[in-house]
Formats: sequence, structure tokens, C-alpha cells
Amino acid sequence: MLQESLALSGILFSIGVVGVLLRRNVIVIFMSIELMLNAVNLTFVALSRSAGIEGQLFVIFVMTVAAAEAAIGLAIIISIFRHYESVDIRKFRLLRW
Amino acid sequence: MVGAPLFGLLGAVLQEGAEHADVFVPFLPAWMILLPFIGFVINGLVAYTAPERKKLVTFVGPGVLGLAFLLAAINFVLIAGVHDAEPAIRSYWTWIEVGQLRIDAALQIDQLSLIMALVVTSVSFIIHIYSIGYMAEDPGYARFFAYLNLFVFFMLVLVLAANFPLMFVGWEGVGFCSYILIGFWFTQPVKAEAGQKAFIVNRIGDFGFLVAMFMIFAYLGTLDFQSVFALAPTGFAYGGAAITLITLFLFLGCTGKSAQLPLYVWLPDAMHGPTPVSALIHAATMVTAGVYLVARSSVLFALAPFSMNVVAIIGGVTALFAGTIAIQQYDIKRVIAYSTISQLGYMFLAVGVGAYTAGIFHLGTHAFFKALLFLASGAVIHAMHHALHHAGEDSSEDASQDMRNMGGLKSKVPTTFRTAWIASLALAGVFPLAGFFSKDEIIWSVGARGQTVLWVVALITALLTAGYITRWLVMVFYGQSRVSDKARQYLHAAPLVMAGALVALAVGSVVTGWINIPEALPLLPEFTWFHHFLHPAFADAEHIIVEHMGEAAHVAPFGGGEGTWAVASTVAAILVIAIVFQALKGKKYLPARESAEPTGIAGLLYHKYYVDELYDLTIVRPFKRLCVFCWRVIDQGLIDGALVNGTAYSTRFGGWVLSRFQTGYIGTYVLIIVLGVLIILGAVIT
Amino acid sequence: MDLSQLVFYLCAGLAVASSVLMITRKNPVYSAMFLVLTLFSLAAIYVLLNAHFLAALQVLVYAGAILVLFLFVIMLLNLGHDVEPDVRPLIAWVFGGGLGLVLLAELVVALRTVEATPGVDLLSVWFQEKGAVAGVAEPLFRTQLIAVEVAGLLLLVAMVGAVVLAKRKS
Repeated sequence: MLQESLALSGILFSIGVVGVLLRRNVIVIFMSIELMLNAVNLTFVALSRSAGIEGQLFVIFVMTVAAAEAAIGLAIIISIFRHYESVDIRKFRLLRW
Repeated sequence: MVGAPLFGLLGAVLQEGAEHADVFVPFLPAWMILLPFIGFVINGLVAYTAPERKKLVTFVGPGVLGLAFLLAAINFVLIAGVHDAEPAIRSYWTWIEVGQLRIDAALQIDQLSLIMALVVTSVSFIIHIYSIGYMAEDPGYARFFAYLNLFVFFMLVLVLAANFPLMFVGWEGVGFCSYILIGFWFTQPVKAEAGQKAFIVNRIGDFGFLVAMFMIFAYLGTLDFQSVFALAPTGFAYGGAAITLITLFLFLGCTGKSAQLPLYVWLPDAMHGPTPVSALIHAATMVTAGVYLVARSSVLFALAPFSMNVVAIIGGVTALFAGTIAIQQYDIKRVIAYSTISQLGYMFLAVGVGAYTAGIFHLGTHAFFKALLFLASGAVIHAMHHALHHAGEDSSEDASQDMRNMGGLKSKVPTTFRTAWIASLALAGVFPLAGFFSKDEIIWSVGARGQTVLWVVALITALLTAGYITRWLVMVFYGQSRVSDKARQYLHAAPLVMAGALVALAVGSVVTGWINIPEALPLLPEFTWFHHFLHPAFADAEHIIVEHMGEAAHVAPFGGGEGTWAVASTVAAILVIAIVFQALKGKKYLPARESAEPTGIAGLLYHKYYVDELYDLTIVRPFKRLCVFCWRVIDQGLIDGALVNGTAYSTRFGGWVLSRFQTGYIGTYVLIIVLGVLIILGAVIT
Repeated sequence: MDLSQLVFYLCAGLAVASSVLMITRKNPVYSAMFLVLTLFSLAAIYVLLNAHFLAALQVLVYAGAILVLFLFVIMLLNLGHDVEPDVRPLIAWVFGGGLGLVLLAELVVALRTVEATPGVDLLSVWFQEKGAVAGVAEPLFRTQLIAVEVAGLLLLVAMVGAVVLAKRKS
């Protein structure tokens, strides 16, 4: 099942990348990032079967960081929304040339 | 000033008995050069700070020249007292020392350079005296003398140098002084342009001199006169390509400096300068530098018979060419200018057939009577200008110098009139004046060396000379005066300083011929002192010529000895003078503004064969177009535009392109990150 | 094919399908729901891969906390009935899809070298000895204690930061 898990993980990661590239709603982009993180978690878990328990431990930490990041990120989005009245990333252009 | 003849006699006396003196030791040679330079510095400072202090300049300007002449005379006596004296070389410091090349600031005092120095200092001194009167009212009085002194300094460097580069320093220096003196009244554009023309045309010749110098160094490894002339006979194949090229390039320089075909065009325009300048630079000294160069390099030219032919042919053709133009000029100084070109042609003709002494002889005598002709013209112009100005008429240069506005002036300017006659007779080669001896010797030498065509050319030119100078005399001094009655009362004779100078030069014009009287002349004692004096300077060259081309003949091409032809030419000259005089004496000339321009052949001569226009069309304009092209296309377009501005622009453009990356749009950034990851990952897995 | 493999393929298919649907929905609430579905299927796969504790953690933390937070924010910002078309034109999807495929290809090439050592199943032994939870907890609090503490600190910082950032400036 290792090969299949790795393949699945690759597919999910790619789908996550496509989502980040192509969506304009910043929250959906965030969700795609979470998807990518999950794909990586799957890789770790799949490999830990033959490599040792450290794989699963690392997944715990990934989840922790993902949680923290989601909290902060959403807080930022709320702040931005207050300013721009929108979550469309096309509107966030202050750092333009 | 008494000039050469007195010292010539003295030299003869010394020659008779003096075998005891063995080595020539020059007396303060460097001071001959330093004195005029000091004069330049002092006069220059006065001109710059206090131009109105004319008394000091009057004292210093001619004064240093007088002292320099004295020194030259002393050295001359010293060297004349030593039989076959060796040249004295005085080296003062090492100027350039690079690799194999070593050039010293060194002077060579020998017979040839001392004769030249004598001529230069004596004539310069007289002309300086003249200028005191001529330039008295000019605000640039001090500046004028400063420039004149500087010129004499450079000219003396030229004739006294011991190597080619130092001579070139003098060569360039006199060219520069000629420029600033011709354009002395530079506020008038036509005069400034005349100065420019002189300098630029000279420069073309200078290029030839430089190339010749480079070649000499390349072949012989040295540029000192003594070394070069000693090594040349063995270093070059006789008549070979190398030596021929070298001498031809040297001669190119001479055509520029001494106004021969094709680079003579600057000399008539140089008449825009003050008359003393015309007399000194463009008659007696600077223009003779080319002849001096050929004479000094006689060994080199003797090794290249082709070049000698070229020199002689160009000399002869120029003499005839200029002579024909002179008979149709109306400006009083232009006639004399073309006469100078013609007489210089004679000198080159002489050195071109190997008659070096004859060439230098004519150089010396010509200096006196040509300077006198110019100074006489100056006196006339001075009087005309003054008269027209006070009469309220057009006193511009064109008006006061046009001979059609003159006539009948002989009673008004007596000294000028008489000395002008003497100079004219000398120029025409009438016995016993100086020109007779020198010119006849040249004509005889040309014939004796077998150059029949050139000999005939020389004879015809001599007749032309007599013709145009008589016309000059008649138009200015005789006939019905075209000067208006009102102006005529203001005509005055030349002031004492000017008249005195004229007389001094007149004496020279008479007497300088007597330093060399060939045996062939009937009823006269033989006195070939000058030949003997200059013999050491040309011995090597004459040896080479005799070795390869045989001795000179003693019979002229159409029979008759030297004496016969001398007498014949004098008689012919007198005849021409008489005929022309009679023909033109009664001619009614119209004043310049009423005269029509000459047409037909006369018109062709009047317009100087349209040579200036030809040069303008074929050389000046295309060159100017080339320059404009270089300016607009290459300099502005390519260098400024493409390279300088272009680099700046492309840098800015690159910056602009790169700045577009900062869109501030997250989507762009994400895309670039993803692309980057893809590329790196791709690189890693392969 | 035995039962575990069948279940695996079912869950895998579900995960892929729901993730694709997630990124294509206009309504962000729908996207969140599909993400939840994806996470659940992943949890099932964790179970199959002998990571029971992690499966539970996945459901509790990811699906239960993080996704709920997402939904809170969506509701807060009132994005539910977003009329503005958010999805890009087809050409963009083609291009993006292309990039995704390239990435997938590269990942496949990269991971192909990884071989399964057949039959070796370290973890089942491990968990049989220690039990499902202790098997994870013991190494965590023994060998990775410092990392745990740091993670705690990180969460504290995140909490404080979130509060500060989201506060309304009054």
C-alpha cells in the first residue's frame, strides 16, 4: 500500500497547488494550502510504516503548526476584509510597482 | 646694416692668407636663438599687461635682432677664417631618449646654417626697423613685435638645428607664427581665414616631413644630420625606392612651406597680413625654409635622382605658372606674392639639378630685393590709405591696394620710387644688381646639367619676370594718376624709419650679388668666394652626383658659354623692360570700381587659373562632407546615441522590465513560486 | 484484492474526487464542506495505515477545529451568497492543470525510487507492544519533549496574535 499512498499523496498535493494557483477567493486558497499539508502528512504516515514512529510524531507537529497558521491567517484575512470589503486577491495590490 | 658683402670681402682677405686657423669655434651660438626669444617674452608681457608702452617695445623688438645679427656676423667671420671648417655641433641637453632613439637639443653651426642665419637676422632687423614706422598707429603694436620676435626665434631654430626633429620644431613654429601674423587683424573674418588657410595647407606638407623622418629613422636608426648624411650613401641603394620615397616626402613638406605646386595656394591669401609680415615671412625667410631643407639634405637628394628631377620640374613649372598669373593681377601685393612663388621655383630648380650653391645664392639675394619690393608696396599702401582716409573716400584695403587706383605717384614718394626701381631691376636680373648674378647662375646651371626644356622654361620665366615687374612699376608710379585730386594732397612720403629700411635693403640688393662673380663674365675679375665658402657643406652630395651622372658641361644647350648667355639675358631683360614700359606708359587705366573684370585669357590669369575654386570643389567640400558625416552619424548618432545614451536607455529599460515583476498581485507570486519549484525539482530528479 | 485494499481505493477515490470538487466550487461554504469530506477520507486511510491515533487526531483537530474556524470566518464575512464570479476562464484552468500535471509527473519520478520493503511492518509490532495511544505518546514526550514545549509556545503566540490582529480598532 505504500506506492498507492504515495501516489495519492502526490495527486492531492498537485490538486492543492492548482487550487492555490487558480482561485481568487483568499479563503479557498487557504483551504488548498491545508490540502497540501494533508497530502504531506499522508506521505509521512505512509512511510513511517517501514521507517519508524518518527513519521507519525512529525505529523502531529505539522498539524499543530497548521492550526496555528490557520488561526493567524484567518485573523489577517479578517483585518484585510475590514479594509477592502472583499476577499478577492486581485484587490490586494498595495505592493505594486 | 651692411649685410653680407662687406663680410664677404673680409672673408676673402682671410681666405688668402689664413691657413693657420684650424678649428672653428663658434661664439655664443645659443644666444643667437635666445635673444629673439627673450624679445618675445618681454614684448609679450608688455602686450599682455600694458600695450601702450610702445617705447620699450621699440627698443627691445629690433634691439634683440640687432644683437642676434651681430652674433651671426661674428660667427660668420670666424668660420670664414678657417679653411674648410668642420661643422661645430653644440648639444645643450638630451631632449628625447627612447630605446634606440636619441635626440638632443643641439645646434649645428656650419657654413650653410650661418649663411641662412645671416640672411635671416639681417633682413629681420631691417624689417623690424621698418615696422616701427609702419605699425606705429596700430593698437596691437607690442603684440606685433612679440610675434615677430617669436617668428625669428623659430626660424633660427630651424636653420641652426643639428637634427631633423629640432628642425621640425622650428618648421612647425614658423608655420604657427605665420598663422598668427597673417591673421594679425583677426577681427576681420577674411584675414582670420587667410591665416587658417596658410596653416592648414602647411600642415599637409608637414605630414610629408614627418613621414620622411619616420622612414629615415626606420632605415638608419638616427636623426642627427651628421650621422644621417654619413650613413646614407651606404645605407640606401642609389636611386632605390626607399631613398626616393623619403626625399619625395621631404619635398612634399617643401611644397607646403615654400609655396610650390600644388600647395602654393596659401601664399597669395597671406597678403592679408601686415606688409612687414609679407616681407619677412613670405619673401625672405619662412618660405625659403624648404630650399634650405633640400640643400641641407643634399646628400639624400643626390642619392635619389628621380626626386631631384621632380624637384627641378616642379620648381620650373611653378616658376612659369606663377609668372603668368602675376602679369594679370591688380593688387599691388599680389603681384609680388606670385613673383615670390616664381622665384622660389627658381631656387628649387637650382637645387633640383644639383646647383646647391646657386640656389642658396639666389635665396640670399632674393631675400633683399623681394623684401624691398614688399616694403615699398607697404609704403605706397600706407600713403594711399592715409590719403583716401583723409579725403573721406573709400580707404578699405581693396581700394588702397588696387593698382588701378594708383598711378603717377613717383613725385609723391620719391625714396620709395627709387628703391622700388632698384629692386625691380634686381628682380629682372639686370647687371650689376644682385639678381643678375644669382639668377643667371641658376639658368646657366640648369642648361649645363643638360636639362634643355627646363632651361628654356627658366629663360621664358625670366622674360615674364621683367615684364610683370615693369607693369607693376608703371601702374603704380607712372602715367596719369587715378588718385582723385582731393586725395592727392594728402599723399605723403614714407617716414624716416621706413625710408631708412628701404635704403638699407636697396644697398643689399645691389651689393649681395658681388660675393660670387664667375670667371666667364667678360671684363670682371673672377671672385668665386661664395662657392668656395659653401663647398664643404655640399661636397658629399656633389661627389655622389659626379660619381653617377658625370661632370656638368661648360656649354649651354644651344651653344655659347656662360658669359655669352649672361650678357644675352641681361640685354633681353632690358629690352622687355623698355618695351613694356613704352607700351603701358600711356595706357589709360580706370579706377578699380569702374574697371570691368578681365575676360578671356586675361581673365583666366586674373582668376589664377581657378585653382582655388578647383581645390574647393574637389578637396575642401568632400572633406567637409566627410567631417559632417563623422560628426552627425558617427559622433552624435553612433557614439552619443547608440553607445552612451543607448546603454543608459537599455539599462533603464531592463530595470523597467524587471520592475513589472512586482505586481503586488499574489497570484503572480504564487505562479512564480510554483514555476520555480517545478524547475528545481526537475533539475534535482534528472 | 482483500478488504483493506478495497477500502483503501474507495477512500482514495473519495479523497481525490472531493478535493477536485473543493477547488472548483464557487461558494466557499461548499468548498469547506468538500474539504471536510477529503479530510475524513484521509483519516480513514490513516487507520488503514496503522496510524489510529493520528486518524482520531485528524478528525478532532483538522476537521473539527480548523475547518470549523474556517467556516466561522466565512460566515463572519458573510461570503455565503457571493455573487461575484470567482472562478477563472477555461484557459486558465488548462494552464493551471498543465502545471499541476507537470508537478505530478515530477513527484512520481521522484517518489518512484522509494521501495516498499515487503512484509516488513515495524509499526504493528510497535503498537501491539505499547498500545495505540501510548505508542505515539511515549516517544513524543520522551525524545521530542522540547519540540512539544516549543509547539505549545507556538500555539500561545498564535492565539495572542490572532486576537490582536482580528480586534477591531476602536
